[in-house]
Amino acid sequence: MGDMAVLSFTEAGIWCEAGDFHIDPWRPVPRALITHGHADHARPGHGAYLATHAALPVLRHRLGDIRAEGIAYGEARQIGGATVSFHPAGHVPGSAQIRVEVGGEVWVVSGDYKTEPDGLCEPFDPVRCHAFISECTFGLPVFRWAPQAEVAAEIRAWWQANAAAGRVSLLGAYALGKAQRLMAAVGDGPGPILTHGAVEAVTDVLRGQGYALPATELVTPGTDKARLAGALVIAPPAALGSAWARRLGTVSTGFASGWMRMRGVRRRRGADRGFVMSDHADWDGLNAAIAATGAERVFVTHGYTSVFRRWLESRGYDAQVVATEFEGESVETPAREPAAATEAGP
Amino acid sequence: MKRFAALYTALDQSTKTTTKVAALEAYFREAPDADRLWTIALLSGRRPRRGVTTTQLRDWAAELAGLPQWLFEDSYAVVGDLAETIALVLPEGEAPGGDTRSLSDWIAEVKRLGTLDEPARKAAVLGAWGTLDRTGRFVFNKLITGGLRVGVSQTLMTRALARATGVPEPELAHRLMGDWTPETVSFESLVLTRDPEADLSKPYPFCLAYQVEDGVQALGSPADWLAEWKWDGIRGQVILRGGQHFVWSRGEELMTDRFPELARLRDFVPEGTVFDGEILGWRDGAPLPFAALQTRIGRKTVPKKLLAEAPVILLAYDLLEAGGEDLRAAPLAERRARLATLTEGLPDEVPLRLSPEVGFDDWAALAALRATSRARGAEGLMLKRRAAPYVGGRRKGDWWKWKVDPLSVDAVMIYAQAGHGRRANLFTDYTFAVWDGDALVPFTKAYSGLTDAEFREITAWVRKNTLQRFGPVRQVPGELVFEIGFEGIQPSPRHKSGIALRFPRMLRWRRDKPAAEADTLESLRALL
Repeated sequence: MGDMAVLSFTEAGIWCEAGDFHIDPWRPVPRALITHGHADHARPGHGAYLATHAALPVLRHRLGDIRAEGIAYGEARQIGGATVSFHPAGHVPGSAQIRVEVGGEVWVVSGDYKTEPDGLCEPFDPVRCHAFISECTFGLPVFRWAPQAEVAAEIRAWWQANAAAGRVSLLGAYALGKAQRLMAAVGDGPGPILTHGAVEAVTDVLRGQGYALPATELVTPGTDKARLAGALVIAPPAALGSAWARRLGTVSTGFASGWMRMRGVRRRRGADRGFVMSDHADWDGLNAAIAATGAERVFVTHGYTSVFRRWLESRGYDAQVVATEFEGESVETPAREPAAATEAGP
Repeated sequence: MKRFAALYTALDQSTKTTTKVAALEAYFREAPDADRLWTIALLSGRRPRRGVTTTQLRDWAAELAGLPQWLFEDSYAVVGDLAETIALVLPEGEAPGGDTRSLSDWIAEVKRLGTLDEPARKAAVLGAWGTLDRTGRFVFNKLITGGLRVGVSQTLMTRALARATGVPEPELAHRLMGDWTPETVSFESLVLTRDPEADLSKPYPFCLAYQVEDGVQALGSPADWLAEWKWDGIRGQVILRGGQHFVWSRGEELMTDRFPELARLRDFVPEGTVFDGEILGWRDGAPLPFAALQTRIGRKTVPKKLLAEAPVILLAYDLLEAGGEDLRAAPLAERRARLATLTEGLPDEVPLRLSPEVGFDDWAALAALRATSRARGAEGLMLKRRAAPYVGGRRKGDWWKWKVDPLSVDAVMIYAQAGHGRRANLFTDYTFAVWDGDALVPFTKAYSGLTDAEFREITAWVRKNTLQRFGPVRQVPGELVFEIGFEGIQPSPRHKSGIALRFPRMLRWRRDKPAAEADTLESLRALL
């Protein structure tokens, strides 16, 4: 790591010695800076939490009674010998990259990010730095995303076809971020947008914060069958194929994820339709984001790390792999059983 | 290509049979004859001759995408399908004007590639990629590499074609059999018109059996059923028509030349006869192990020495045609009786035998007989309903196979490799070893038998525990133990372990068993 190490990689996660805090730690620590509210980044049990004002409500919703403080995007704060600030990561509403400066040396932790603006969350903002710790969930050249408008049109067409045939459109998407992005992007359709409880709860929180989200309605045992027939129902992936889903009647299932880019994964999922839409950067996005930081050192975590590191090295970067405990959960087992799905996925 | 690419997308996007058949039917109604013919050919596993090597495809795709070769190869290892990997990495966007050529035009182009010199061939492939959109490129690549699978069985394809053309389904199934290619027939001659000349060589669609799962008692009265030994040979139809004979495998491969001894049937069996049966290596009135037959499978023609070492017979168990008359609608009991008459009193030198009935009074007696299968060299029993007609395809109810439980051994996984298609990106293909002293000696590979959830769990384990990579193969510590089932075991000088298994597969993951307690090479050899 050399003497210029602003951050180091410990058993508990990314640690800043100068400020004695951790970033997205996976073991309980006294002080945690959190990039966003997905379960594998925001874990319970820390002494104190610091996150963006926009991320806090979801954090509290998920973790309950925690000692947490908010910070504005771009606001600089001194913690011990380190200066920290949070910058939009474009991943989900409230998500941030965290910039840490110690003695003029600047390191940035990307958290999860995507470079394409999605119309809902604060758009990704590149931050100049000396070292960049980047996720690379989709760090292979086979992953490239079509513009959001195109995918939204595909989903709308599928919804319309289902409605015309009297089927329910059941769309699987992670409850925080992807679900709201979809409801905002898909626009007016042939029927109402209904939600599963896990989605509705987070949507409520975000709506309360002022994010512009369309009207949604919780599916209950009392929901009118006629209303369901032309509806778009958004539910966590775990709900697809469950007893809950069977009660909806005749459904066509769809799943929105970057993994749907691969035919094998798409078929294994067993959904009727796979829509390629991710809240992570694609291959071109990762490369553009890294270039925009101006960093010479890049640490890759979370994804196709060994391949992506080698690629970066061939492009002249000083690149290293950092092992994380996010790994097994959301990335390397993309087609895990819905039941085992966390909301930390793509 | 656009119409075919749209069909491909529709088939690929749906998991429902009715939707697939409807999409195919619509295609078969609209597409021009040459495209319809090629679509039938592709969906029944035929393809144009390959004019480009996969190495060339990889090199050119990596170059066009601006990727180093190692990165293309690593991407391919993750995606698990070459045609798809190429389609995914190439820069997006089809040429202005796009693709105006039909499927059959593109197939002509694929065939033309083989006639070109390398620079011209490369230019043609790059030109095709530049013209087509992503799905079009994928299909184009698949036309070259083969293996365009869309989850449509021959039966479903035939059903859709029957609806689109009005030709009855069984009739159509029969017409589509055989070794035609789109170069040798037209849509008209294959599908629409009955050509007695072409029909001469055609086999009937094979009747296929299911494995008994819920116990034989569920089949009802034993008197309704005929039992026969199930031998491990090559299922085949032998046809005698027009002074010629034809031998077909169940995979619809014409094997006449591989079994020249069956030509003798022409001297003893009347014209217009079709047998269904098992081709078996045979000596001294008993079947030889499959390994003997295996020596002949790969050969188009058979040298004399092999003919002497592994002579074959047809063990006939059904008669589908006699005196030129289609007997399939008659009950099995009647077909068997005619078969018995036909084979009765033939001299021993004629390589044709009637598959004998295994007599039994009740299911318990039959179960006792079944337990002796392995000692007889049989895989188990076949059960056929005496009153049933002969129906092509796999249909539950009339034909059952009742195989003996497989042999099994507990083995240690030492290498893992990612699967293809639906299993791409999952480690599903394993190499297994048993102990020889302190060393683990590989003795078989197996691919199937675990649940998707188990494959996912093992995939995560393989990723965390990789010791070494050899291309797509990962070496892992010898820790996980699996029960490997197989149907037979043979000495094999070609394998390090000195043995070869027949039909190995994983029966279950032995989480309860440490690697040290896995079986030994010695215990495997004891099964020989």
